[in-house]
Amino acid sequence: MSDLGSMYFGLFLLLATIGGAAVLTWFERRLLGIWQDRYGPNRLGPFGIGQVAADMIKLLTKDDWVPPFSDRVVFIFAPTTIVVAMMLGFAVVPFGPDLYVIDLNIGLLFFLGMTSLAVYSVLLAALASNNKYALLGGLRSAAQMISYEVFMGLSLMGVVMLTGSFSMRAIVEAQADLWNFIPQFLGLFTFMIAGIAESHRLPFDLPEAEHELTAGFHTEYGGMKFAMFMLGEYLGLILISCMIVALFFGGWLGPFLPPFVWFCLKTFVVICFFILLRAAIPRPRYDQLMTWGWKYMLPLTLLNVILTGGIALAMKA
Amino acid sequence: MMESLFYIAAVVALSATILALTRANAAHALIYLIVSLLAVAVLFFLLGAPFAAALEILIYAGAIMVLFVFVIMMLNLGEAGEESERKGLHPRNWIIPGIMTALLFMELVYALEQVPALTSGVAVSPKEVGIMLFGPYVLAVELASMLLMAGLVGAYHLGRRFNVRNVGSN
Repeated sequence: MSDLGSMYFGLFLLLATIGGAAVLTWFERRLLGIWQDRYGPNRLGPFGIGQVAADMIKLLTKDDWVPPFSDRVVFIFAPTTIVVAMMLGFAVVPFGPDLYVIDLNIGLLFFLGMTSLAVYSVLLAALASNNKYALLGGLRSAAQMISYEVFMGLSLMGVVMLTGSFSMRAIVEAQADLWNFIPQFLGLFTFMIAGIAESHRLPFDLPEAEHELTAGFHTEYGGMKFAMFMLGEYLGLILISCMIVALFFGGWLGPFLPPFVWFCLKTFVVICFFILLRAAIPRPRYDQLMTWGWKYMLPLTLLNVILTGGIALAMKA
Repeated sequence: MMESLFYIAAVVALSATILALTRANAAHALIYLIVSLLAVAVLFFLLGAPFAAALEILIYAGAIMVLFVFVIMMLNLGEAGEESERKGLHPRNWIIPGIMTALLFMELVYALEQVPALTSGVAVSPKEVGIMLFGPYVLAVELASMLLMAGLVGAYHLGRRFNVRNVGSN
């Protein structure tokens, strides 16, 4: 793809992901409603899709208040970090054989780096808020992110080993014969859990657990700044789903339909699965979360790395 | 183009580091330090070491600095911490470190003048880094892993829950 073409695609991607995240807020509520035997927002427009516009108008017209006791500059800066980091993460996602912003030879590491930078949004928001609930939420978030980041990177090493490259395009192309989710089942399982924990969505939303911390790190946030956190969270959800599709479910590969359509379809199914998880699983206690991460998930990923390495060596010999 | 990008990133890295040193508020200092690390990552990338750049972001900015922020949140010093930090930043305390740094800086400039060019101009792919690490430098990798193991054992020992009652009865 030419430089200009990838620039236009990058712009398109920015708009499409923001639009997707906005529609997702409504879609998630509808789906949750169906699974919980109720309607969800169904009043405005066909199927209630006008709810998106109504929510947006509400958030945009709210008073943009900064608490006087907060650290003003950091308070405003914090919500932008998560959106910027997640947006940058989309740069390495291959939507088709020629549809990507950039094909880095460290593509996968770039994605991991961007998700790890997104943590700062929560931490800085908690620090700047000068509020004890926010601080507790931030502390939890820091511990959770660090713990789950460790095996998030490791869980992908099996895929890298099978492909022999960090480049996202090479990883998708290497799945032409067999999608990675069969040989890398353990990797998929651990990456999915780490992904939910990284985007701190339910059931791993302990940094904002509303029944014990009011709203955790964004207790003091309102209006558009709160919306930025929400946008960041949904962007994270879309990004993780895209990565799961590209890494484990053959990305754009598929018969009959054009590659981009295949990619979007697969991503849509993964997003629905994440929403189903939210509807089905209760939130664990904080120490359960930590135990789960360090005592079960980390050994499991290490086992996956050893097994994959052994099998890759045996296949070569 | 690449050259001007390099100098912009270098200026950002230097000024962010200086700001990180002179802030009284620990949280602000850390944010500047993170910015400086990100700028250094850009420098690595421009010099043809994308793998080192990715690790700089992942390990330093993404993991180690998060732990620093974690500690600052745990301590939550607030106004009192800033006050004592401001005392530490008194101009008098800068004299000796300033002289030492100036000496080192002069040596560095002198050394750099002796060497014609520092980069090969070739981008090093992650694969080549891996082959080098597990080829000629495998001893260093093993030593680093032993060091990490020692750290892990130490952390486990410190974090272990001592059962006081059992110690007393034995």
